[in-house]
Amino acid sequence: MALGQNREMSRPEIWDLHCHLAGVPGTTPEERLGKLLAFADRLGIARLCVSMGLELSQDPSPEKMRQENDEVLRAIRRFPARAFGLVYLNPRHTQASLDELNRCVRDGPMVGVKLWVAQRCNAPALDPLVERAAELKAFVYQHTWFNLTGNLPGESTPTDLADLASRHPQAALICGHTGGDWELAVRTIRPHRNVFADLAGSDPAAGFTEMAVRELGAERVLYGSDVPGRSFASQVAKVLGADIPDSARELILSGNLKRLLRSILKQKCLSL
Amino acid sequence: MPQPVKSEASATGISRRAFLGTAVAATALALPAERAFAATLPAAMRGGLIDVNVSLSRWPLRRLPGDNSPALVAKLRRHGVTQAWAGSFDGLLHKDLGAVNARLARECRQHGRGLLLPFGCVNPKAPDWEEELRRCVEVHRMAGVRLHPNYHGYKLDDPDFARLLRRAADRHLIVQLTLEMEDERAMHPLLRVEPVNPAPLADLVEGTPGIRLVLLNALRTLRGEPLRKLLAAGQVCVEIAMLEGVGGVARFLEQVHMRSVLFGSHAPFFYFESAFLKLQESPLSQPQLNAIRRENAQRLTPADPKHSQPGSGAGSSGMEP
Repeated sequence: MALGQNREMSRPEIWDLHCHLAGVPGTTPEERLGKLLAFADRLGIARLCVSMGLELSQDPSPEKMRQENDEVLRAIRRFPARAFGLVYLNPRHTQASLDELNRCVRDGPMVGVKLWVAQRCNAPALDPLVERAAELKAFVYQHTWFNLTGNLPGESTPTDLADLASRHPQAALICGHTGGDWELAVRTIRPHRNVFADLAGSDPAAGFTEMAVRELGAERVLYGSDVPGRSFASQVAKVLGADIPDSARELILSGNLKRLLRSILKQKCLSL
Repeated sequence: MPQPVKSEASATGISRRAFLGTAVAATALALPAERAFAATLPAAMRGGLIDVNVSLSRWPLRRLPGDNSPALVAKLRRHGVTQAWAGSFDGLLHKDLGAVNARLARECRQHGRGLLLPFGCVNPKAPDWEEELRRCVEVHRMAGVRLHPNYHGYKLDDPDFARLLRRAADRHLIVQLTLEMEDERAMHPLLRVEPVNPAPLADLVEGTPGIRLVLLNALRTLRGEPLRKLLAAGQVCVEIAMLEGVGGVARFLEQVHMRSVLFGSHAPFFYFESAFLKLQESPLSQPQLNAIRRENAQRLTPADPKHSQPGSGAGSSGMEP
């Protein structure tokens, strides 16, 4: 809508792709998610995607993985209309990860996969997990960073994710943090149409969203915050403050995530 | 812990329903499509905002949306900013800081229309830096200076830095000390600049009577007890541009006195909306909002009318007419 027009302005719904429970005050998963939602309400954020448990674990054992996912399941069951869950997997434990994927996504309410820093994502160990996720219509969120000060041994770069994407063109892959160094990462993932850019978890550097929209198209850009380590405010500002068309803003704030979730929610007999 | 939303919204005189409505409206209105932003906000969030951390000119490594002064000023005004303390990106790498400061002062006069308050850049390792300081005060009538120790290659235990603090205090200047400009992890590999180590600062402040220090972009690296010790050492304030974490402002105010906290956006390097929305995300009382939005900055602004920018209309009160 152009400046000066008087008709009522549309208010795009905001869905947050990237939230965690670790670090939120509270003793139970339900209490912590409730606190996150109270802050989300203050900025009009309607739904949160939550992954990982009460404590962060970089290389979780199968038991720890199951425990963390159980904590997320408890949280999202308390707020079924406000939160989605992503199952946290460790590619170093392939069978245990496949079991968790089936338990939490195929047989449970979760809608996506979260991968962090246990193993770089270009490893062959990820192939069965990504294939299974694609069969279930679940997207795969992979943390990535181009860190000038050095990546962790198992920390993926956007280049690693591009390798994975070329092997799995049918899978929906999300480039977590857009690699931190977004000017490089946007170019890295640009040729891979099945890779989406996550805006979460980096400084609200002006120009980030504009470049992502220009180079990838608005339909490949997703709003996320990475709370509680980041604020909702600093991250949603990347979208609300960006010099992009309102139609692009609506896609980024919730339209694209809804599109990614439509099939899996339909399988679960849930509506958007 | 932050207070429940309902009680805090009441504390600001706004019902929860009204607050949420305006919060959503505010976020929607904060679009560059540019709407009548300020008029839609509740009184608690409207007007009278002093942003102590903006920069003019060009970031050396990227064009930024809003990196020309008229566009930046327009954006700030639309969000209710009535005064912005402006440094220059040129101060990071240019050697001729005399020219940088003269351009900054001129730019503030020409485009600020009472909104921009220039803070000149001084490098205490540069030859004859005291002349730059003199010009900032006597020629440009600046209220303060902005320092970038990491870009100028000195540590805070350098005796020249201590001397600069004393000279600034003698001249009643506010000193803005920038601890970093951007995330070290995502810097250009040929321009990698570590954040300033603030460890020597508390002792320096205690040993410099009259110094008024404002820390910019500090809250990624300076936290906890070292921060509390520094804030207690004298007239030291910190702004929120790099304050992170959900409900971050409210949680921060549980650790430090609200008199120490200023509003700073780090625009146009950061999206201005980031700092602005932090004040909405946190449940804050009206006194807390007032303190952060303007009162603390007004208290720092010198009463001496000679610091008023010639022709700017920005007087010592810190508020434009």
